[in-house]
Amino acid sequence: MYPPRFAYEAPRSLDQAQALLAEYGDEAKVLAGGQSLVPLLKLRFAAPAMLVDINNVPDLEYHRTASDGSLRVGALCRHADLERSTLLAQFPVMASAAPLVADPVVRHRGTLVGSVCHADPQGDWSAVLLALDASIVAVGPEGRRTIPMAEFVLGPFTPALRPGEIAIEAVIPPPQHQPAGSYFKLERRVGDFATAGAAVAVEMDGSRVTRAGIALTGVGTLGTRATAAEEALTGHELTDGSIAEAADAAAESANPQSDHRGSAQFKRHVVRTFVSRALHRVLDAPAGKAA
Amino acid sequence: MTAVDERKIGGLGTSRKRVEDDRFIRGKGNYVDDIVLPGMLHMEILRSPVAHARIKSIDTSRAWEVPGVHLVLTGEMAATRNLAWMPTLSYDTQAVLATDKVRFQGQEVAVVVADDPYIAKDACELIDVEYEPLPALVTPEQAIAEGAPVIRDDKAGQDDNLIYTWEVGDKDGTDRAFEQADVISKLRLHYPRSHPSPIEPCGSVADFNRATGKLTVYMTTQAPHIVRAAVAMIAELPEHMIRIVAPDIGGGFGNKVPVYPGYVCSILCSILLERPVKWIEDKTGNLISTGFARDMYLDSEMALSKDGKILGVRIRADADHGAFYADAQPSKFKIGLLHSTFACYDIPNAHLMARGVYTNKAPGGVAYRCSFRVTEAMFFQERMMHAAANDLGMDQAEFRRRNLVRDDQFPYRTPFGFLLDSGQYHKCLEVGLKAIDYDNFREQQKQARARGRLLGLGISTMTEPLGAGNSREFDILGIKMFDSAELRVHPTGKALLRIGSKTQGQGHETTFAQIVSHELGIPADDIVVEHGDTDTAPFGMGTYASRSTPVAGAATAMVARKIRAKARAIAAHLLEASEEDVEWELGRFYLRSSPERGVTIQECAMAAYGNMPDGMEPGLEHHAYYDPPNMTWPFAVYIATVEVDPETGVWDVLKVVAVDDCGVRINPMIVEGQIMGGLTEAYAMSSMQFQTYDAEGNCIGSNYMDYLLPSAWETPGFELHSEVVTPSPHHPIGAKGIGECAAVGGPAAFVNAVMDAISHTGVRNIDMPLLPDRVWEALNQRRDVSGAPPVRAED
Repeated sequence: MYPPRFAYEAPRSLDQAQALLAEYGDEAKVLAGGQSLVPLLKLRFAAPAMLVDINNVPDLEYHRTASDGSLRVGALCRHADLERSTLLAQFPVMASAAPLVADPVVRHRGTLVGSVCHADPQGDWSAVLLALDASIVAVGPEGRRTIPMAEFVLGPFTPALRPGEIAIEAVIPPPQHQPAGSYFKLERRVGDFATAGAAVAVEMDGSRVTRAGIALTGVGTLGTRATAAEEALTGHELTDGSIAEAADAAAESANPQSDHRGSAQFKRHVVRTFVSRALHRVLDAPAGKAA
Repeated sequence: MTAVDERKIGGLGTSRKRVEDDRFIRGKGNYVDDIVLPGMLHMEILRSPVAHARIKSIDTSRAWEVPGVHLVLTGEMAATRNLAWMPTLSYDTQAVLATDKVRFQGQEVAVVVADDPYIAKDACELIDVEYEPLPALVTPEQAIAEGAPVIRDDKAGQDDNLIYTWEVGDKDGTDRAFEQADVISKLRLHYPRSHPSPIEPCGSVADFNRATGKLTVYMTTQAPHIVRAAVAMIAELPEHMIRIVAPDIGGGFGNKVPVYPGYVCSILCSILLERPVKWIEDKTGNLISTGFARDMYLDSEMALSKDGKILGVRIRADADHGAFYADAQPSKFKIGLLHSTFACYDIPNAHLMARGVYTNKAPGGVAYRCSFRVTEAMFFQERMMHAAANDLGMDQAEFRRRNLVRDDQFPYRTPFGFLLDSGQYHKCLEVGLKAIDYDNFREQQKQARARGRLLGLGISTMTEPLGAGNSREFDILGIKMFDSAELRVHPTGKALLRIGSKTQGQGHETTFAQIVSHELGIPADDIVVEHGDTDTAPFGMGTYASRSTPVAGAATAMVARKIRAKARAIAAHLLEASEEDVEWELGRFYLRSSPERGVTIQECAMAAYGNMPDGMEPGLEHHAYYDPPNMTWPFAVYIATVEVDPETGVWDVLKVVAVDDCGVRINPMIVEGQIMGGLTEAYAMSSMQFQTYDAEGNCIGSNYMDYLLPSAWETPGFELHSEVVTPSPHHPIGAKGIGECAAVGGPAAFVNAVMDAISHTGVRNIDMPLLPDRVWEALNQRRDVSGAPPVRAED
């Protein structure tokens, strides 16, 4: 690997990291797991003047349940930590997605927060966090702020971080009712970017859907929230009929491009199939059990 | 005293552990990139970003200014040494560094030599090349269309993009067979381009020593002696002053047979700078510029009687060779051994017409675990068999039973002129059918179909010609395709075997010692195997086409027999008997009249250096060159079952059964490893692995994000069967070769299984790879999906 020349710092505190980001502005890139950034350096698609490696910054590796029941995922929490976590019972769509992110090698190094910051429309966590109404905590020259996932991605590979800002945590709010749902994705090979994916996160009061979050992977330049599909479910009994309606609505809200992974028509059909399968899994699960 | 127990000395048929793995597992392998010489510089290649363009100018001035740069070499400068172009192994020419035009994306345009590879790469980016774009031709159809621009306008007299036409078989007889047919079955297929993609890319360390005049090149090559001959011709250096060393190799699969511009440039740079120059290709360079495989379109027709006998086959093939005809293949056979297609079936008439075509894509054509295009031959054969059985309304297994060559027909002459040596084809088929529980599966399939589930079963049966090849028909650059071995037995009975072939990871250091053990009774652990250094190894043609065991393995047996013959004379001397009274059992000569009186091979070795008979030349060394009388013909049956998800087009493999009759197995564990590797690659071809180009000739699979290789996650398990063994009648130890069988025969089993699962839709063909979107489109639109997978505009 022969990337372009760059400077490298591995600060030992968040303050030092922020100081470097403030100094270099747009010319700096944060290195956490490096699973997206390093390939870009290798291909010379990215040429940052300064790499700020945050792996020596203490206390960012956590994921924990906060007192309000929300899940907090630190900037150095690896995918593999989540894959093995016992804290995801209240977040079944995350438990379902964690083992599907990339491949085992990438999962041992890559981070959830880094993946979301990379803002790849084909990234898995962006859709999952969108479906869960999560938010990202960032610190920067103007202090600390919390950015809802729905506003976090401005465009492909463009997170809503300001110059000098660094994302330090993802916050996933706690469910109010029985959580259920799962993440499906089609990939040509383990570790390939998603051809299409669907994150379905619902909350159930008996057989009634009290909250529905559905977001799609790889079928739009921005994270795609299937709002019409959510509306078709929220406040209603979950039935074969409502599932079909939601699946059709999700397919409709997808905005896929034809490319070498398949035609737009195919991707739309895959979205319909995945949303339907995820909801049928909820419907078919024994009452009171998360699916 | 009795004979040595062969099982205890790691002889023939023992699953001896691979001796080479010790150093690999410890990280002590020695690959080209591990070689560091004093004063060594580093070379990087600037490649063309476009597929077809005229070069208007190249400005290297900014690159020269970078501190640490020693040389910026362009085609114009190489031309002053007569090295802008080089001959290929197929009697064509190939640009070393482009001068007039670039003809494919990734073509070598200039090189930079610098203190380290970072500097060299930075400087490459500072070379300004002005290109005048030309239309890119990316399919044979475009290339042979009326008015297509001539890609090879450098060649006098070349006024189109056709490289060759080649014809074999009996046209009139085949035409008559079609006139008499009850049913004619037709199929048009594309075997997509794929790249062998060894984990280690290509590279070289060239070291020209002005003081001695000697050129040493450490190189990733499967065929060091051919390279030495080629370098002697290209660089106009005397052959005795060239030493090619192929150290440990990180896979080859045919990718490391040709001579690439990068090697030649590193040599030229070393000569110009009088310092060692290292070139290590990056993964993208390897994927976009070096020898690919397949990329062939084929129209196949089969004449059938209504009772399911094949009366004749007619084949038209178009091979896309890319911008230069740079295949490594026997001179006589323009399209390799494609005419081995249908060899395992008793077919009276066949005719094949092939064309080779230039396109604006990377050059190559035969590489990739394949005995010269037999992969296409057997894939097309088995896809045609599958379609024909369906057209006849006949069971897939029964159709093959009616046409496979019977045991009593060997040796069998195929309509294309090959002579099949031996086999038990019907027995292998029945073993495979039993293992997959054929009748039960058909019943399950019917029941599943009624519930909307799509199960399918695919059969592929095939034989292939290995061990190229006999000197009557096979040569490369006029050098016949024999192979060689040299054996030195030391005074204490330990031995050094040097072979002309070169391992590419198959375990030659393990298995070739086992052949010597089998012949002489010397423990395999007492024999070291060396290869790959042209200054020490006897002349050989390299490892590819599954030829190492059939040819170099035979030479090894023959040289051991020469040693044994000399040892017999020594034994007679030691036993004070005449040679006629001395008998051999493994590891020992003894007196026929009193078997308890004997001498071991080790005692004979010591005597060869200290107590030889009067008049005998001392020592116990020999060499042997083996010219195979015929090809060897292993046979295999591969059967796969799958389930197709109609909503996503995803198909899962349920079971894979492999029955391989490769003759005598030298090391069963290594044979099984070869079969599993081959089946993995077969699964890869059928499901995901392909190289394609967009309309502008941009190579899509230029890195592992876009060039898909299966990992352990998706690769299915395999059930292997070894109960059928038909030794080759003409090979000294009866071995037939196994390296490529499963990669050759396997793909059709997977594709046939998917086609079987969706046969109710009337879809006859989906061209590989059977990616989910292609399967879904076929199901959804009830139509065949043909050609290279589309590269749709990302609008």
